[in-house]
Amino acid sequence: MPWVDIALVVLILSCLRLLGGSRLVACISTVALQGVLLGFVPLALHGVTVFSGVALAALTVAVKALLLPWFLRRAIREASILREVQPIVSLNLSLLFGLGALAFSGWAAARLPLPPGAPSLGAPTALFMVLVGLFLVVARSKALTQVIGFLVVENGIFLFGALFAHDTPWLVEIAVLLDVLVGVFVMGIALFHINRAFDSIDSRRLHELHDLVLDAPSANEGTP
Amino acid sequence: MDAPSALTPLIALCVAPLLLGVINRTKALFAGRTGPPILQPYRDLVKLARKGAVYSHTTSWVFRAGPIVTLAATGLALLFVPLGGVPAALSFDGDVVLVIYLLGLGRFFTVLAALDTGSSFEGMGASREVQFAALAEPGLLLGLLVIALQTGELSLSGMMAGLAADGGSWIALVFVALLLILLAETARIPVDDPATHLELTMIHEVMVLDHGGPDLAFVELGAALKMWLLGALVTGVALPVPGGPPALHLASGVMGMFGLAVLVGVIESTMARLALVRVPQLLVGAAVLNGVAFFLVMR
Amino acid sequence: MTLLLLAIAVLLGSAVAALGLRRFPRASALAGALGAVAGCTLGAVAAVPAAVGVSSGDLMLPWSVPYGSLHLGLDPLSGFFLVPIFFLSAVGAVYGLGYLRPEPGRSRAGAWFFFNVLVASMVVVVAARNGVLFLLAWELMALSSYFLVIEDLVTVRGESPGVRDAGIVYLIATHLGTAFLLAMFLLLGGSGSLEFDTLRAAGGAAPAGLLFVFALVGFGSKAGFVPFHVWLPEAHPVAPSHVSAVMSGVMIKTGIYGLLRVLGFLGAPAAWWGWTLIGVGLLSGVLGVLFALAQHDLKRLLAYHSVENIGIIGLGLGVGLLGQQAGLPVVAALGYAGALLHVVNHALFKGLLFLAAGAVAHGAGTLHIEELGGLQKRMPWTASLFLVGAAAISGLPPLNGFVSELCIYLAAFGGAIAPGRAMAPAAALAVAGLALIGGLAVACFTKAFGVVFLGEARHDRVRDSHEVGLLMRTAMIVLAVACGAVALGAWAVVPHLALLIEQVARQDVSAPLHDLSRTLGFVALASASVLLLAGLVAALRRALLRGREIGIAPTWGCGYVAPNARMQYTASSYGEPLTRLFTMLLRPRVERKLPVGLFPRSGSYETHTDDQARVLLFAPVYRLLLWVAARARLVQAGRVQVYVLYIAITLMVLIAVALGK
Repeated sequence: MPWVDIALVVLILSCLRLLGGSRLVACISTVALQGVLLGFVPLALHGVTVFSGVALAALTVAVKALLLPWFLRRAIREASILREVQPIVSLNLSLLFGLGALAFSGWAAARLPLPPGAPSLGAPTALFMVLVGLFLVVARSKALTQVIGFLVVENGIFLFGALFAHDTPWLVEIAVLLDVLVGVFVMGIALFHINRAFDSIDSRRLHELHDLVLDAPSANEGTP
Repeated sequence: MDAPSALTPLIALCVAPLLLGVINRTKALFAGRTGPPILQPYRDLVKLARKGAVYSHTTSWVFRAGPIVTLAATGLALLFVPLGGVPAALSFDGDVVLVIYLLGLGRFFTVLAALDTGSSFEGMGASREVQFAALAEPGLLLGLLVIALQTGELSLSGMMAGLAADGGSWIALVFVALLLILLAETARIPVDDPATHLELTMIHEVMVLDHGGPDLAFVELGAALKMWLLGALVTGVALPVPGGPPALHLASGVMGMFGLAVLVGVIESTMARLALVRVPQLLVGAAVLNGVAFFLVMR
Repeated sequence: MTLLLLAIAVLLGSAVAALGLRRFPRASALAGALGAVAGCTLGAVAAVPAAVGVSSGDLMLPWSVPYGSLHLGLDPLSGFFLVPIFFLSAVGAVYGLGYLRPEPGRSRAGAWFFFNVLVASMVVVVAARNGVLFLLAWELMALSSYFLVIEDLVTVRGESPGVRDAGIVYLIATHLGTAFLLAMFLLLGGSGSLEFDTLRAAGGAAPAGLLFVFALVGFGSKAGFVPFHVWLPEAHPVAPSHVSAVMSGVMIKTGIYGLLRVLGFLGAPAAWWGWTLIGVGLLSGVLGVLFALAQHDLKRLLAYHSVENIGIIGLGLGVGLLGQQAGLPVVAALGYAGALLHVVNHALFKGLLFLAAGAVAHGAGTLHIEELGGLQKRMPWTASLFLVGAAAISGLPPLNGFVSELCIYLAAFGGAIAPGRAMAPAAALAVAGLALIGGLAVACFTKAFGVVFLGEARHDRVRDSHEVGLLMRTAMIVLAVACGAVALGAWAVVPHLALLIEQVARQDVSAPLHDLSRTLGFVALASASVLLLAGLVAALRRALLRGREIGIAPTWGCGYVAPNARMQYTASSYGEPLTRLFTMLLRPRVERKLPVGLFPRSGSYETHTDDQARVLLFAPVYRLLLWVAARARLVQAGRVQVYVLYIAITLMVLIAVALGK
């Protein structure tokens, strides 16, 4: 199945692109590409015969590659965020971390007792995506990039499930997708309101919110 | 060493300036101009060789030695580089490292010649040049290690011949990475602009600002040979080796080099130059691509 | 063996003679220097046959110290390390004769005494076959070098506090390392004897992992692995230049010797040892050259480069260890050969560089890079010889640095393509790391040579520099020629090292060494060809320029009317792209004063890069120690009554304990 392997390699490269990318819109497009590939991979693995498989693929593409990216792009526009990634860890170091995470994923996946029949590149790719997503949440300061990181983590888990869980009920997959959709919507709305209140979505400043929560009655007198 | 192998350095010496002509013509076509004739670099070399020279009184023998050593080192390195599947004129296990370090010797003397002029412009270019070289060399050697890992060979000729029977997604990654490093080392957009004449933005051009006459001819020829050398590595990775007589191999190798020149021209016409602070990221990215290729080959 | 003993006797005798003749400064210097050269020549004649495997008898004398014996021997490992020791010390002595000028009111006899004692102690360290003798010689080596480091302390100009600080740091660091060596020998002595022959024959001393760590820390702090290197950039710059050359060139190599010797006692190596050495080697290599890039003092820059090259040696040792453990004789042979060749090569080119730096200090009066410039025209010999050293240390063909680095590259490549691919990740790390180190070294040495020797002088007092005398020049020329000779002759020498490498790698290495010799032969041919080709191109240029007009004009300054030497690129600016890229590791302190106003008059910008290992690791530990010590000082009340009270309490407690049983 060379196509699946090529798709997995492109997924790895897309994660590296996210680690080294400095433009927000490009990062969102990359996540959209990941969504398309993730819709394609289960189809290629299990065949185009079952209708539920095709429907699931179409739904995955619709949500991950079309709906969520559109929503994120709209969030950028509405909140007039500066369209650059603000890294806590420099982009060069992020790329080097990516290489290290890839090596670690390869080492760890070789030791997992996995069922046969899946491509050998699958488990390392999935684990790598999870690690990259976590790194993006930790090492970038804009709240929007943290949403992107969360999406990448979810993509990695989805890939893991698609590769190894052959008999997951269709309903479970739909439910997971719905969860992601709702989560991102909620985060987007929260982002919008935070930005409107504080003129910034720098997540390092989000901890200032806790003062408001503690002494709620006097919060109206002045915002920090 | 048989006849086709002995021909490869001669072909390189004669055809390398033509690559520059092809690149310039491609860029001109993209811009809607007619552009300079393809043979213009040869005319430039002859013109420069006919001139006298002017030297700054700040300089010493190092300045005069710079172009000489660079041309000699690059010329010697050419003897070890295969073309289109034909083995190089000379090869031994480990000549990979020798070739890269001969290029480094040339760079060392170019940089010193630049610093000898005592001008801030050359100093600026020299400092950027050593920064980019320090970041590009690990990526280049890592890519060659990946090829060695896959083919089991330790000499350039062996590696390129061993790649002939290979496929796999890792080759695409190594190709892109080596192409990026070639763009960096030969001072092409997006790393450096060979057509600009603003001293503050130049890297390679500014290092040779004070050279003229035969010295500048040596510099230009050395730069063309360096592009040929790195281009032979890139095309060796990308192109399959056809069966048949060695003459066909040589011809396909030369065609591959022209194709690469057109590709470089297209890249230069469609991309803008990167901000200087982003170039290290590009080079680290090339090294990381080679790292991913290593990972794929190891599976 | 008799020749070696004679050499040691000559060295010690001339040391005493130099001290005795201290009222006659010229005679004492001559006695010291001639004694050093004579002793080293005798020793070299003894060492070279031993290195290629000609065995000679041991000296074995009993000693009343427990576990100790006066046991000296010359096996291939000792012989190999003795060759650079003798060679560099002899050259350094010749240089020192020209460098250490007697000043009125101050005798330099002490410098000669301690120099010869240092050389003799290094010889005993490398030739000792007994643990107690080894430690004794080790301590003597440390002490004599300490006195040489602070030799400049009291000059006619008064005390220099920087020298005193450097000496203290050096003393503390070397004793910390010796403490680990003591612990290691204590563990080794548990088997009943500290004779090296017995320990090696027994093989597998336990616990091997702990012994390896102790050896790495103890010998590593002498060798200069990060983070135990903090004394190197302090001590080497303040010592007289020929002493810096000897310390950097051969004294730190005794650490490598000790590590190799102890590895022989530990039996079959574990894989994590190789990985640790590779990691430590890469760390030392990269950090060493990065810190060198940020330095403003020429000798401090060279000292950090010693850290880098020790890192390369460690990298080679690590690759060789992994090859040994994996049963790959090619990798083991090439890795160890590369590391050992680099020991010799580094001694040669680092010695050359330090001697040239001393010549710069002598001729130009300062070692501050930002003030120097244009020395190529005023000190042509020194400049050309520094260029040879700079090209050699950057690992460029046609010189010797390339030969040893090529061996390590070949070891890594060989390990990668070996069946099983077990070593491939380590090989990838080694190759990428070595390439990065090489590239950064090129950046650093183009900066050092370019800013110091090329262009124009950046400060007025440098404009009157003068070339140095014949003795100093001869010493440098000898080392430069040796660099070239090693590059061109390595292919002939390598097959003779088979016994040495077999002793270290414990595998049959004759076939890999034969292949290596062939490869190095090709490299030598290529080196000669590049010189030939350069000559041809130069002749072509001359032919083209014959009869043409050659003008001389000022450098293009973009049309600026009054260019001056201060407009040249400074060393800090040259290194800035790289130091900014790695600023998280270097953490420089920047002091800037920006020009203000419409017609600004002046501004300034200074960077200081402190050694981060010292700032982040050692300084907090020392602060903690001082805090604990301050608390403990409560015990010292300073009054007699309190002390007698302590005695009385102790007495009563002892009586109670003894009689209560």
